[in-house]
Amino acid sequence: MVQALGHKTITIVRDLGRVGWFLLYSLYMIVRRPGSLVHVLKQLRFIGTKSLFVIVLTAGFTGMVLGLQGYYTLAKFGSEGMLGTAVALSLIRELGPVLAALMVTGRAGSAITAEIGIMRITEQIDALETMALDPFKYLVTPKFIAAMISLPLLCAIFDVIGIYGGWLVGVKLLGVNPGAYFYEMEKSVVWRDVYSGFLKSFSFGVIIAWIGCYKGYYAGHGAEGVSKATTESVVLTSVIILVWDYFLTSVLL
Amino acid sequence: MIMLRNVHKSFGSQKVLDDLDLDIPAGKITAIIGPSGEGKSVLLKHLIGLLQPDSGAVEVEGESIIDLRRSELNRIREKFGMLFQNVALFDSMTVYENVAFPLEEKTSFSKEEIRVRVLAALEDVGLKNIENKFPDELSGGMKKRVGLARAVVLNPKIILFDEPTTGLDPIIKRAIHQLIKETHAKFGFTAVIVSHEIPDIFDVAQNVAMLFRGKILQHGTPDEIINSADPAIRQFISGSLDGPIQMV
Repeated sequence: MVQALGHKTITIVRDLGRVGWFLLYSLYMIVRRPGSLVHVLKQLRFIGTKSLFVIVLTAGFTGMVLGLQGYYTLAKFGSEGMLGTAVALSLIRELGPVLAALMVTGRAGSAITAEIGIMRITEQIDALETMALDPFKYLVTPKFIAAMISLPLLCAIFDVIGIYGGWLVGVKLLGVNPGAYFYEMEKSVVWRDVYSGFLKSFSFGVIIAWIGCYKGYYAGHGAEGVSKATTESVVLTSVIILVWDYFLTSVLL
Repeated sequence: MIMLRNVHKSFGSQKVLDDLDLDIPAGKITAIIGPSGEGKSVLLKHLIGLLQPDSGAVEVEGESIIDLRRSELNRIREKFGMLFQNVALFDSMTVYENVAFPLEEKTSFSKEEIRVRVLAALEDVGLKNIENKFPDELSGGMKKRVGLARAVVLNPKIILFDEPTTGLDPIIKRAIHQLIKETHAKFGFTAVIVSHEIPDIFDVAQNVAMLFRGKILQHGTPDEIINSADPAIRQFISGSLDGPIQMV
């Protein structure tokens, strides 16, 4: 019993050390050897451009549901004119960064883990090492850079589409004054809201690349190992994003 | 040239290499034979630093490769080429890109020079007009040959072959062995081949080492191994079910 507990503790401490080292080494490699521009552009296309459709779709419906819920809540207080503010602040401060990150986790984070995991089990990573090449330069740093650039941009797109989703429902369907929708929004959204949203997105980009790459890099054996790593990657990334979001919000507010 | 002394390696409670000693001579083909699951691939990965021993020494050309910084280890790895058991071609790259990759990353050759060298390497292994194919469009034998082309394209001093003929038909198997002999004669590298191919491997190798229960039972010329009195070696060569080697 004591032995098992000790073994478990050692395993946890070792894994925490390894995951922390992975992040530090990845950040060091970004500064030291960021990889070729071609690799970064390829990843930007994969993580950023190819996530556009799902981001636009999610943002549109999120904005619409915010418009709908917000309108009926505000109507109770006769404050329908504040709908623009409610939609914009919810999106810019919280929902934009978090939902965009969760969508990218599901779409690109899982694929990152699967890709690197398959390269691990088919010895392609070992092949890079035997050629005296650092696998981080080819597999990890381009993904980090691409995720750090893509996430804030996707978040910005999410916010804009979401605001227009809320406008569509609030103004076009439920009859909120269009001038009030945008005027109140402009009055209450400050630069601090916008940059805190971007800061969150940037850090979520780091988390997605970090956990996605880490789980793939240390994937277990065979197809089952990769499948397990992919599931763990999505779950762990999503949980870390939500926990980190709380801490970041409490600091930034 | 490559020296292993008192090498121990365990995975959990499973002891794989147990006080192993081995000297691999320069410029020759050395085969490591032994039953499946005895740690031949583990031994091979120790030679290039993909695995580190729990204790003991591994030296390549007089330099220890234990606990080196990555940059130091990479400097030593530049002497090596490796053909993996499952070939480990980059599956998102074409055949041409796979063979060109080490040249693009490790040399300052122009695109034209790289092209000439890649096509020459592919021709050396008997492959033509497959440059634009992806690895999953190739047969097992073709993949092995592309892997061999990639391993020799930088003209390394040492090439490690991890079961280069496993899963191939007898004719392709012989062709690959012939190819290893020919490329060795042409480039003069040090070769280490992990193999189960008895008796074919005795025609290819100049030295043979038998790995059993974590140790090198015997190391000598093919004739010395064929005529060995050791019961495990005799059983392994004859393929008999009776003897010290037990099926697990």
